[in-house]
Amino acid sequence: MSSRIRAIAFNTFRETVRDRVLYNLVFFALLLVTMAPLFGQISIGVQRVLLVNLSLSAISIFGTVISIFVGISLVSKEIEKRTLYPVLSRPVGRGEFIVGKYFGLSGTLLVNTAAMALGFYLALFLMTRDFTRADANVLIAIYFIFLEFIIIIGLALLFSSFSTPLFSALFALSMFIAGTFAGDLRTFAEITHGPQKWLAIATSYLIPNLTSLNVITRVSHDQFIPRALVAYNTLYAMFYAAATICAALLIFSRRDLK
Amino acid sequence: MRRRATVFSACVLLICFLGSFFTLRRIERANLSNSMEDVLFISSPQFVKRASLGYSGLLADIYWMRVVQYFGRKHLRDSMEYKALAPLLDITTTLDPNLVVAYEWGSTFLDQPPPSGAGDDDAAIALIRKGIQNNPNDWHLYFTLGFIQYLGKHDYLAAAQTFEEGSRVPNAHPWLKIMAAKMLSDAGSMDTARYLWQNIYDESTDNNLKQNAALHLACLVVDQEIPQLEALVAEFRRRFGRNPASWKELAVAGALKSIPLDPLGEPYVLRSDGSVTVADEKKFPFIRISKSASSD
Repeated sequence: MSSRIRAIAFNTFRETVRDRVLYNLVFFALLLVTMAPLFGQISIGVQRVLLVNLSLSAISIFGTVISIFVGISLVSKEIEKRTLYPVLSRPVGRGEFIVGKYFGLSGTLLVNTAAMALGFYLALFLMTRDFTRADANVLIAIYFIFLEFIIIIGLALLFSSFSTPLFSALFALSMFIAGTFAGDLRTFAEITHGPQKWLAIATSYLIPNLTSLNVITRVSHDQFIPRALVAYNTLYAMFYAAATICAALLIFSRRDLK
Repeated sequence: MRRRATVFSACVLLICFLGSFFTLRRIERANLSNSMEDVLFISSPQFVKRASLGYSGLLADIYWMRVVQYFGRKHLRDSMEYKALAPLLDITTTLDPNLVVAYEWGSTFLDQPPPSGAGDDDAAIALIRKGIQNNPNDWHLYFTLGFIQYLGKHDYLAAAQTFEEGSRVPNAHPWLKIMAAKMLSDAGSMDTARYLWQNIYDESTDNNLKQNAALHLACLVVDQEIPQLEALVAEFRRRFGRNPASWKELAVAGALKSIPLDPLGEPYVLRSDGSVTVADEKKFPFIRISKSASSD
């Protein structure tokens, strides 16, 4: 990574971490995670399942909200505040700017996810007073959630490179929702015929496949997650995120910033 | 310089997209053993209804799509278990109690024996009774209930009563009354079953329902023809002291004019023990006679 990209990434990280909205979301997520044992006490026999489901869902939802709303403002805010021009007047390419912003926010999300994961394990320890091998399995689900974030950040950046913040948020949110139904869309393609089948197949490969990244329910029941799935999901997230960044780059490099 | 950067970015975009495409195909293969599809995280229909924040109609439609996909996926794999089907249907019909299609089709999914369905007559009856309670003026639901009581439970008296009740609903189809009478006179006969399926075939505007009725009619033909063919084989055995080796032998002996074909145009299979079956039993999932013979 070039020093210019690193500098932009670091500044983006610092800027987003300082953001009050971000702190509020993290605080709320942590609060929910620590409240989980209380929810567990009012249910019967599913305390651990409930804690895992609730905590991981909270990590996923709040991280997604951060990815979308901070992601879409990365470029638009710089244009609005006119801070983009002094950056681009230096020997910094538009591509480096976009890539730097991407890595900066990804770093923020990594720290946030790690903090929330720590909160989860703390809550789990308070509840069970012990860690088992099954609890380590939860880390895979958290890792998949982070992979989900790096895809969503890429999409938010892509949409913000050509659209207004409001529409970018709508587009990114729609892609997120569609992505959670990607598996259903492929099943739908299996049972349909004709042009709808091909349309469903094409759409299912174009939208992000978030179905296979969601293993929350499976780890809550201590189901085995194949190692191959971990490797392929990692590859997939990297490919998809890189594709979105490239598309954002292509659009942003042609955008008239005057 | 800028052009080169654009070409480079476009190439990387294409490579990454292709990479994601092929990786996704690998993921599908690695993730095949997803055994969590029968897990229903929220099983309380009332909770789901409250959580829908007033958008229960929309949520019911989404749940109905899930039911169809769940059933379709399991059906494609010839699954013998449909654990989440009844709870999913319960949630769907609680969210929208007037979604008649969910009661009609849902009870069919539940009623048909595995692998064509869940084979749970009681759950099917409970669902359709819920439908009648919520839509007392829809005669189709009485018909479906009577149908399950007749073919699934073989409770002809209850079926006659249901058909009779249904016939009193405004705008009910006249043959509900006929069915009520047939249930009391000759419910166990094949003619009654044929009459029922023929009516469904003639009256239905839904292609899937029509196909299903046509399949049942074809299975009834098979159920009727197999004993006739086996009687011919028995007669041959009585005359020659052995089973015929082929249909040709039966034709030469004058028992048959040509090789007998099933309703799909495939020749019936003559087994060495003299029993007769269809070439592909999967194509006739509702036949009774041939299956029981093969399991003997």
